[in-house]
Amino acid sequence: MAATKEEIIAGLADIVNEIAGIPNDEVTEEKSFTDDLDVDSLSMVEVVVAAEERFGVKIPDDDVRGLKTVGDAVTYIAEHQS
Amino acid sequence: MPATLKVSRGAPYARIMGVGGYRPTRVVPNEEILRHIDSSDEWIRSRSGIVTRHWAGPEETVAEMSLAAAGKALADAGIAAEEIDAVLISTVSHFMQTPSVATDIAHRLGAGKPAAFDISAACAGFGYGLTLARGMIVDGSARHVLVVGVERLSDLTDREDRSTAFLFGDGAGAVVVGPSEEPAMGPTVWGSDGEKADVIAQTVPWDRYRLGNLENLPVDSHGEVKFPALRQEGQTVFRWAVYEMAKVAQQALDAAGITAEELDVFIPHQANMRIIDSMVKTLRLPEHVVVARDIETTGNTSAASIPLAMERMLATGQAKSGDTALVIGFGAGLVYAATVVTLP
Repeated sequence: MAATKEEIIAGLADIVNEIAGIPNDEVTEEKSFTDDLDVDSLSMVEVVVAAEERFGVKIPDDDVRGLKTVGDAVTYIAEHQS
Repeated sequence: MPATLKVSRGAPYARIMGVGGYRPTRVVPNEEILRHIDSSDEWIRSRSGIVTRHWAGPEETVAEMSLAAAGKALADAGIAAEEIDAVLISTVSHFMQTPSVATDIAHRLGAGKPAAFDISAACAGFGYGLTLARGMIVDGSARHVLVVGVERLSDLTDREDRSTAFLFGDGAGAVVVGPSEEPAMGPTVWGSDGEKADVIAQTVPWDRYRLGNLENLPVDSHGEVKFPALRQEGQTVFRWAVYEMAKVAQQALDAAGITAEELDVFIPHQANMRIIDSMVKTLRLPEHVVVARDIETTGNTSAASIPLAMERMLATGQAKSGDTALVIGFGAGLVYAATVVTLP
């Protein structure tokens, strides 16, 4: 069953917390992974792989570059989850 | 009916008998790299874990560095140069297409007239060499094989590419592989993925220079045509190296019939500290496994990185003779090779 938008945000917050040590409640839609959440380009790959496993989506490298904010990732996952 | 051929049989098993390394004398700190790129020491350290690397001088050629490392490996193995039956040199930075550098090294080492050739398997080259050596020893076509990984990647570094200028280093690592009565090298899990051939590659093929189409060649900030360099797509490489290679590493453990609990040492190709850290996490290696992190002061030396790290770990007491080590190389091709070995 597809995750809701709220579930996706909560899941991403867990992942970002695990990888970058950012408190879950700071992971909100408008936040930039790089500028606000201490997720650099390599950590972003870890976030993406964890999100792929958690939400059952495939996020190719070319699409990863387009995911600047948490909101971008939420939208992408919501549109691509099976 | 075909004639019945005699075949050779070699030793029951093969083992690494000795290891040696050569690091160029000049140590290059991040400050020097920063003269050509807009970056910072903190950025380089956080993205790669690299603090210093060694860059070879004009006298520290691929052959000279190999000879230095090979001499130490022979001494460590207690083997004379004349006892070497094959010399395998893995490199991507020897700028003479023909003849191979292996024959020159074999000759100058005093090895007589052994089989000698170069291997082009980038950062997996050392594992490819080990695998060939083991096969030669077990099938009887050689008794002792010298395997060298050697690079002068500073020659293939674009000083102005802020994503790679800090990454590469120079050096040589060598091992002597010889006969063994006991198993001391597990099966190799190796392969390639040519679909990803362009994610790590030389910027321009050599023949583009001969064809004289200079207008389309890359130029530096002074307008000078650039020498070819290595470039890579960082995120794609990172994902492949961490997640796909962790699977290959696990397959190598399975093939050797051991669990991570039974492992003493993990020596991944020293590509990037972040890759090493993530691989260790993904593989869920137990705390007691000592992990090679030679990249901090060596940089990424491609084919040389595994034997260089192995030599340093043994020299500093981080690892000891008889330890069980998982080694995995991976890089441009893409190519990879992983195996479990008993340390010399």
